[in-house]
This record gives sequence, C-alpha cells and structure tokens, in this order.
Amino acid sequence: MSTPDAGLLVALVGNPNTGKSTLFNALTGLRQRVGNYPGVTVARKSGTCDLGDGQKVELVDLPGLYSLAAASPDEQVVIDALSGNIAGDRRPDAVVLVVDSTNLLRNLFLASQVAELGRPVVIVLNQADVAKEQGLRIDTELLSRRLGGVPVVMSSAWKGEGILDVRRAIASAVANQTPMKRVAWPTNIAAALTDVATAAAADTGKPVTEAEGQRLLFDTNPSTADRLGWTLAQRDKTLRSARDRVRNSGYNPMAAEPLVHYAHLRIILEGVVTEGAGKAGRSAAVDRLLLHRFLGPVLFLGIMLGFFGSVFWLAKFPMAWIQSGVDWTKTIVAPPLDAYPMLQSLLADGIIGGVGAFLVFLPQILILFLFIGILEDSGYMARAAFIMDRLFSWCGLNGKSFVPLLSGFACAIPSLLSTRTIEDPKARLATAFVVPFMSCSARFPIYALMCAAFIGPLYGPGWESVVMVGMHCVGLFFAVPTAFVLTRLVLKVKPQPFVLELPRYQMPKPRDVLWRMWQNAAEFVSKAGTVIFAITIIVWALSYFPRDASVAERIKASNPTAAEEVVKAKTQAAYVEQSYMGRFGKAVQPVFDPLGFDWKITVGVLASFPAREVIVSTLGVTYSVGEGAKADSQHLRKAMQDAKWSEGPRAGSPIFSLAAVLALMVFFALCSQCGPTIATLAQETGGWKWAAGSFVYMTALAWLAGTAVYQVVIRLT
Amino acid sequence: MTPLSQLLPGQFGKLASLNPERGVDQRLMALGLLPGMVLKLIRRAPLGDPLAIEFGGQVVSLRLAEAENLIVDVSADCPIQRPRQP
Ligand SMILES: Nc1nc2c(ncn2[C@@H]2O[C@H](COP(=O)(O)OP(=O)(O)OP(=O)(O)O)[C@@H](O)[C@H]2O)c(=O)[nH]1
Ligand SMILES: [Mg+2]
Repeated sequence: MSTPDAGLLVALVGNPNTGKSTLFNALTGLRQRVGNYPGVTVARKSGTCDLGDGQKVELVDLPGLYSLAAASPDEQVVIDALSGNIAGDRRPDAVVLVVDSTNLLRNLFLASQVAELGRPVVIVLNQADVAKEQGLRIDTELLSRRLGGVPVVMSSAWKGEGILDVRRAIASAVANQTPMKRVAWPTNIAAALTDVATAAAADTGKPVTEAEGQRLLFDTNPSTADRLGWTLAQRDKTLRSARDRVRNSGYNPMAAEPLVHYAHLRIILEGVVTEGAGKAGRSAAVDRLLLHRFLGPVLFLGIMLGFFGSVFWLAKFPMAWIQSGVDWTKTIVAPPLDAYPMLQSLLADGIIGGVGAFLVFLPQILILFLFIGILEDSGYMARAAFIMDRLFSWCGLNGKSFVPLLSGFACAIPSLLSTRTIEDPKARLATAFVVPFMSCSARFPIYALMCAAFIGPLYGPGWESVVMVGMHCVGLFFAVPTAFVLTRLVLKVKPQPFVLELPRYQMPKPRDVLWRMWQNAAEFVSKAGTVIFAITIIVWALSYFPRDASVAERIKASNPTAAEEVVKAKTQAAYVEQSYMGRFGKAVQPVFDPLGFDWKITVGVLASFPAREVIVSTLGVTYSVGEGAKADSQHLRKAMQDAKWSEGPRAGSPIFSLAAVLALMVFFALCSQCGPTIATLAQETGGWKWAAGSFVYMTALAWLAGTAVYQVVIRLT
Repeated sequence: MTPLSQLLPGQFGKLASLNPERGVDQRLMALGLLPGMVLKLIRRAPLGDPLAIEFGGQVVSLRLAEAENLIVDVSADCPIQRPRQP
C-alpha cells in the first residue's frame, strides 16, 4: 500500500448499516466485513483511497452511530477519530457522511451534529438503488445548496455506482474546505452553551470547542467532561444553571439538541424528496410471518433445526470425497516407505491421519458459514434478537448482547470484539464472560464425529440433528444462569435500554456471503497447516516413542501360536500403551475417569486445551498409530466403535458407550479450550482476572457436567 | 393519553411527551422520536417484550420498560396513517 500524499485523512461517518464499510471497500479496494444489521464494524480501519486525479488520501472506516452523544465503546471510537483525541492520530481533513437515501431526516441528524465540528464534509446518499426502487426522487442540488454548498452525491456502493462521484466530491471538499450549514441555536440555548464552554475552559485551562460545549451541556454521560478533566465538583453548578436556563426557554434540556436539529432539518428537507410511484418495501409482509406470535418462534426453531440438519446432509458427499482423497494420499505415500517404518508412521498416521481427520470437516464449516452469512445479510439476525430478547432481559443481559452471543456460534473472537457495541461496561463484561459458552464452529468437528460414529449408526440419522441442536444449546443452557448470577448478584448491572433498528430485508448478496465463507475456510485450512499440524506431530511423536524392540519380542514370545496379523496388532497396542503418551495418559486418566474417558481420550482432551479442534486429529492419531496405510476411511470410526476397556471394573465394555459419548460432547461444549479466546477476553476486559476466571469456571463446569451426564446415563443404559 | 406500552398492535399514536429525566434513552430521541411524531405499534415480540414500533420510515425495537415512559395521544388525528379496521 502506498502512503497517502500530503497525509490527508478522510473519515467515513454515518448511522449504522448505511453502507459505510461497503463504500470503504469500493473506494479502497480492501475487503472489510459488511452485514445487514447495525453494529458490524466495531473498530476503526484505514486504507488508501485514490481521489480519481492521482491524489491519494488515507480513508478510515468507522463504526456506525446515531448521535454524537456516544455511550458505547465503539461509538466512542468515532468521537475520538473526529476530534483527533487518540494519541498519534490527526483530526480528519474531511468527513464523508454516509447517509441512507431512504431515510434522510434521521440520517442527517448525525450529519448536522458533525457540522458543528466545522470540518469540511461530503454527503453521500447511499443505497440510491433502494430509494429509486421505492420511487423516491432526491434533489441533490437543492439539498447541497440548502446545506451551504457542501457536495452531495448519490451512490449505490454495493453496485459500485457513483463511486467516482464520491471520489471527486472528496477532492472538492478537501480543496474548497466548505463547511456544512450549522443550526441556529435559540438565543437562550446559545447563551447556555457559551456559559458551559467558558466555564469548562476556565476550570480546566484547556481550550474547549463549541462542539465540546454541546456535548458537555446535552449529554447524560460524562465522557466528554472526563476527557477534558472537568471534575464533577467543578462542573456540577455550571451545568445545573445552564440546563435551567435551557429549561426556562421552554426546552427540556435533555431533548433540546435533537429538537433543534430536527426542526432545522425539516426546513432544509422541504421539497428535497418527492415520492413517486414505487414498490413499497416487502419487509412488513415478511415480518408479519417471521415475527408472528406463534409462527415466529416455530419458524425460528425450524430454521435452526433445518440449518443443522442440512449442514450434515449437504456436507456428506464433499466429506466423503475429502476422506477418499486423504486415504488415497496415504496409499501413495506409505508403501514406498515400508523400509522406514518410523517415517512411514509419521507421514501416514501422524500428518496425513491427524490433519486429514481435521480437514474432513471443511465442507461442514463452509456450509455453516454460508448459513450464518445468509442469516446476517438477509436481515434476519436483528429479528432473531427481537424474538429472543425477553430471554436475555430475564437474565439481566442487554438486548445488544444478542448479536455477540449469536455470532459466538461461529467464533468467540469476533463476537468478543462486537461486545463493544454495549454501552454499560458491566453489561459488556457479563456478555463477554458468557460469549465463550456459545457453541463455536471449532466444537463442530467433535460433535459431528461423535454423531456420525455413534448417534447416527445406533439411533438413526434423525437423532443426529437432534443431538447436534441439543449440543448447541448446552452452552446456552449454562450461559443463561451464569449471566443471571453475574449481572444480578456479582456485578449488579442496571437494566439497560434496548433500542435496535430492524433493518429492511434484502436478498443476501452472494458476493458478500461467499467472501465471508471463503475467509473462514481459509482460516480453517491455515489452522490445519499450523496449530493442528504442530500439535499433531507432537502427539504422534509422544505416542510413537519410545519403541523398544524388546516389546515386540515379548509379545511374540507370549503368543507363539497366534497368526502374524494378531501378533502385529497386539504389538502395536503394546507400543502405544508404553509410549510417553500412553504412560502420561494413564497417569492422568483417573482425573477424567468419572466422565468415562479412557487414557486415549484423556490425551486428546489435554492436547486440545490450546485449540479444541485438535481433539479430532488427536483421536485420529492415537487410534491409528502403527496402522500405516491400512487405515481406510472408516478406520477411525471403526477403531473407536471397537475400542473396549482392557482393564479395571469396566473391562470388556465399549469405551465409547452412549454415556461416554454424551459426556465427551458435553465436556467439549463447556470447557474453555481456546488460547485466542482467553487472550481476547483478557484484552477486552482489561486484565487477566476475568480471563483466568473464565478458564477456571468453564473448565470446572465442563468436568462437573460431563461427570453428571456420564454417571446418570451409564445407570440408565 | 396512554403510555406507548399500552397501545394495541396496529394502533397509531402521536407522541405527546417523553420523559427524558425518567431515563428515556437519548438514542430514541436521536432517531427522531420527539414530541409530535406519529408512531405505530407494529407488534409485540412473541414473549410480550420488546415492542416493534414504526415512525419516520423506520422500524425500531424497544423494551416495555422504555415504552412506559413514552406518552402518546391516540385520539390525535393521524391523517395518512389511520389504523386499519379489523
Ligand atoms: N441495496 C444496497 N445495499 C447496500 C448498499 N450499500 C450497502 N448495502 C448493504 O447494506 C448493508 C450494510 O452495509 P455495511 O457496509 O456493512 O454498513 P455499515 O454502515 O458499515 O454498517 P455498520 O458497520 O454496522 O455501521 C449490507 O448488507 C450491504 O450489502 C447499496 O448501495 N445498495
Ligand atoms: Mg461497517
């Protein structure tokens, strides 16, 4: 990326879900995530934008917000970016206000607030295609004139239409420095604003801008005062009398700002928009169905069930192809290495077997993200929040917790970041704490393996999706009471207002959905090549060594009449048992004995603490070490189905009994087995205290719940 | 004069007053929910809370607790947007 000329900085600001990130991508050629619900972007992101004439500027994409009376951390990012408060960051040289063309009045409120900063602005009326479809005609010239001559352009960022106009408009705004027309404050409010700004400047010894004065007077949250260092003792009296002054002029001080701006904007917009013939949106009709009192929840459940069911069903064939590809690779790689048994085992059992066992789940991951992408881009996500909010408000969580929790079903890391949309720091903390309980896609492979190997064959495919959905609910089942205790008893979170815009439905855009799917697939595959690969090799080495010839001789001597095949199998088993891994697993196994785990599962569980997906490749290795090329696609399942306890009170009974299978899945549903999640949790909660708490709590809970499941089910079956 | 929370689905009302001191979210006002605004209660969520309301060409979800602080005038003449008769 080339560095921008002259270091000009341009910021994209606007209401949530107006298409800022889409426009950013169109202007910079980068690929920021977009989605059809408010709050997709939660941090600033910059890129280089060509203004069409060779001039380059640095463009920043920012989270969306409705008002500069910012309350949540993601909104604060915008305030800081606009005022250049962040150390090492400049004030933007121009602000591009991205506006939803179908709702000018509400979108221009923020624009009008931004005008108070006195920066040159460009108004981009985005989603022009939707406005056109609805029959709205917008007189951009008139609007531009009424706003004091600032450039006003229309664009359809998603279609790439009007992007050149946006580039030119930015160039002209930077060159002409035209400020946007500001509101005329009623005399008494203007006087109150002056009082506040003067007093704040006098008390803090810092210059206080007019815009900052407005924040000080109008905002209920004290973030601006805190930043200026204007203490409560200093400001209390001034603000009180200034607000009284506003009140005496007939305005409620807390509502004065929007009232004045909206009145100003109604006059500006007079005659700007003409409604012609057009299709009214279909969203209302769709909502009548999807949010119906009875049908709504039924459809919600149906969508979820159908979703998990089809992940299995659709992925079946591609999975089989990958599996046969893995097997074929083994048959190619293994035979030439017959003379080097160790190398053969490393390649065939360790690398191909372990990484292969993991890669088989790629199709399911792809389909999982395809569905999540469709749900997000269609606009259903916000509806799901609407249907489910009651359940969350009951346990004290913010309605805004819903999106982070729901996206936690894909991966905890981005959803921990998306808790930044929650204003109250305590509510945010509580949400972040329960996010890792959501059944992320990394848990998917172990559920899928267990369902395919045991639930399906024993109880039929119908039960596979039921168990699958059930496993995805286990985390939720524990998250809700956890959140309840945390919000009500520990943190004592005040009930939060929940205001969420329900965006209009749209056809999911294949480009955006496929891009999201592709990115996640790439991440999955690169994980296979790095973390999984490394841990697999370590697990292989630990279960291959030491390999003393005396073991083979002893087995041979004690089974003089047995067939060669049998001797070989017994030898392999003996080797694995006396390997470092075998000894270690056996030593630790008693800890997991109440959950019905044998030492091989124990090894898998322990190896999975850095990344839970490791379990499938570890099982792949421990159940196939020494088998070499003979291990065919059914091998892992078969080996697990046939595995029996060799000693102890359970000797002779299958290791993977229904009880152990369920306990294993429940354990993985709850256990804190993800290094990056712990790190992100520490980063987002500002310290290791909560991250460590989360690790201990989840792991202990997983052990207890796994034990309970095993002990109950084993007695019932 | 009734709190918004007591409107029936499909019913219109004109916002008479909001009570910012009683904690009406500044965000709602930023969205344009100001005195004089005509709004419509579209529906309640299946579990009764939150509500979906429509005003100024947008659909917004808010909880009962907030809706109680919004006083609407249901008798006000809302020329374009009369509630549909059942
Ligand atoms: N029809 C249409 N849809 C658009 C256009 N621009 C963006 N969208 C869609 O609007 C939705 C929101 O786009 P984003 O770019 O994520 O919006 P944002 O402003 O960055 O949203 P936040 O980050 O949540 O504040 C996506 O589903 C886009 O596909 C457009 O010009 N026309
Ligand atoms: Mg965005």
